[in-house]
Amino acid sequence: MKFDVGLILSWIPAALAGLEITIAVWLAGGLCALALGFGVAAARRFGGALVDRALTLYVALIRDTPFLIQLFLLYYGGPFVGLELEPYQAGLIGLTVYGSAYFAEIIRAGFEAVPVGHQEAAICAGLTRAQMVRRILLPEMALLVLPPVVNMQILLLKETAVLSIVTVPELTMTLTSLGSEHFAFAEALSLLAGLYWVLVEVTGALGRFAERRLARLSFAA
Amino acid sequence: MAAALQVRRLGKRFGAHAVLREIDLAVREGEVTCIVGPSGSGKSTLLRCMAFLEAPSEGEITVYGAPLGFRVTESGERQRLPDSDVARVRRNIGMVFQQFNLWPHMTALGNVAEALRQVRRLPRREAEARAMAQLAKVGLAERARHYPSQLSGGQQQRVAIARALAMEPRIMLFDEPTSSLDPELTGEVLNVMRELARAGMTMAVVTHEIGFAATVAQHIVFLDDGRILLEGTPQSVFAQPWHPRLAQFLETYIDRGAAVLLQGAPA
Ligand SMILES: Nc1ncnc2c1ncn2[C@@H]1O[C@H](COP(=O)(O)OP(=O)(O)OP(=O)(O)O)[C@@H](O)[C@H]1O
Ligand SMILES: [Mg+2]
Repeated sequence: MKFDVGLILSWIPAALAGLEITIAVWLAGGLCALALGFGVAAARRFGGALVDRALTLYVALIRDTPFLIQLFLLYYGGPFVGLELEPYQAGLIGLTVYGSAYFAEIIRAGFEAVPVGHQEAAICAGLTRAQMVRRILLPEMALLVLPPVVNMQILLLKETAVLSIVTVPELTMTLTSLGSEHFAFAEALSLLAGLYWVLVEVTGALGRFAERRLARLSFAA
Repeated sequence: MAAALQVRRLGKRFGAHAVLREIDLAVREGEVTCIVGPSGSGKSTLLRCMAFLEAPSEGEITVYGAPLGFRVTESGERQRLPDSDVARVRRNIGMVFQQFNLWPHMTALGNVAEALRQVRRLPRREAEARAMAQLAKVGLAERARHYPSQLSGGQQQRVAIARALAMEPRIMLFDEPTSSLDPELTGEVLNVMRELARAGMTMAVVTHEIGFAATVAQHIVFLDDGRILLEGTPQSVFAQPWHPRLAQFLETYIDRGAAVLLQGAPA
């Protein structure tokens, strides 16, 4: 038995099709997760004590269970409560909900890291509370959370592999099934790891580029 | 001289801890009032009450006769005034913080122009022209396009002063404006403040710069443990170092040029 490079080359068109789906569900799920996470964090900050407590529980429930189990429950357990989802729908909802808990925590910490003095300076300058939030609090928070948000998006990118268990034909599903068809798991998994690696490196580089561009907007000592 | 800002029977508690007690204080029009005192005596809390960043627990503050935050009714009850009213009265006040508190995502010009655009609703060009004029006054016109992270501490504090002045307040409050600066940078900020005082700005300054207080202020307030222990002209206050708390306080400043103030005092 030897490592068959030719086989890998022959898989490339199929792998690229899987990659396209991976990127599509990742971008859609990642952005929805970020939006929902922002909503959760904002509701926790501005929505009063009761909302805060309810959403703290939401975040805890999601963070305390594996994504694999959550997705299983959603897709295979959903029908028992009348929730019939297509694989893509389940995948997208799953990624959104799972990611939202982490983004909510990142953004909550970001809000808390904006110095109170910066907000007081805005109020003293005459800005209304809404203007202060829009012009000072949100932009400063966004700058602070950029690195952890990019990091979390990278983690979510890799979590899209879990969507293969609900039969979304993304990269992992495509290559693992080709691997078992040809009894060539080493080849399939090598190609799989290589493609994720490229995607993560590109994403990381984009994140670092954005960070460098924004560095001078950072907090002065 | 008339009081621009009047504090009456002010008290402030944090939980059970009474930080300020029965403060009566007039910040008079055109004068520099310096608030000095040991660490923890309540200086910042008093200044923050004057900007209604803290709500006083008791008493009343009026700014040109208008109640700030609370109105005391005929029957002596305190009524919280709506935020819009607080904002209107606060328009008379500019605040400068120890930590500068510039907004890091805006240039120096952006920091100074922000409230002109958002609050005054000036068009961009006009807001920036006015902001530029303010920056020129504090000697920073050529740094207008720099971000706070690209400025020294002294420059940042001067931008913060320009930002407050841009809204044309009638009273400026300073909370230890030079305490987080290296000694070499302290001078440039104090010079801007001296200039402002000379131009007749009404100022209340919390400071540890006893030399500045002695030479620029018309009115010194010595705060100790949440109460005003002594107040008056620099001559009258600093000529009383026989007061044990003041003497103890000034001791720590002897090396900062305050020794001269003790000369001629009774032994
Ligand atoms: N938000 C707060 N909650 C509870 N206690 C507070 C709060 N702010 C101030 N204090 C307390 O009030 C007292 C006075 O604090 P304040 O900051 O006004 O002192 P200060 O005279 O400005 O001191 P320093 O010279 O160190 O700046 C201190 O004992 C402080 O611990
Ligand atoms: Mg203080």
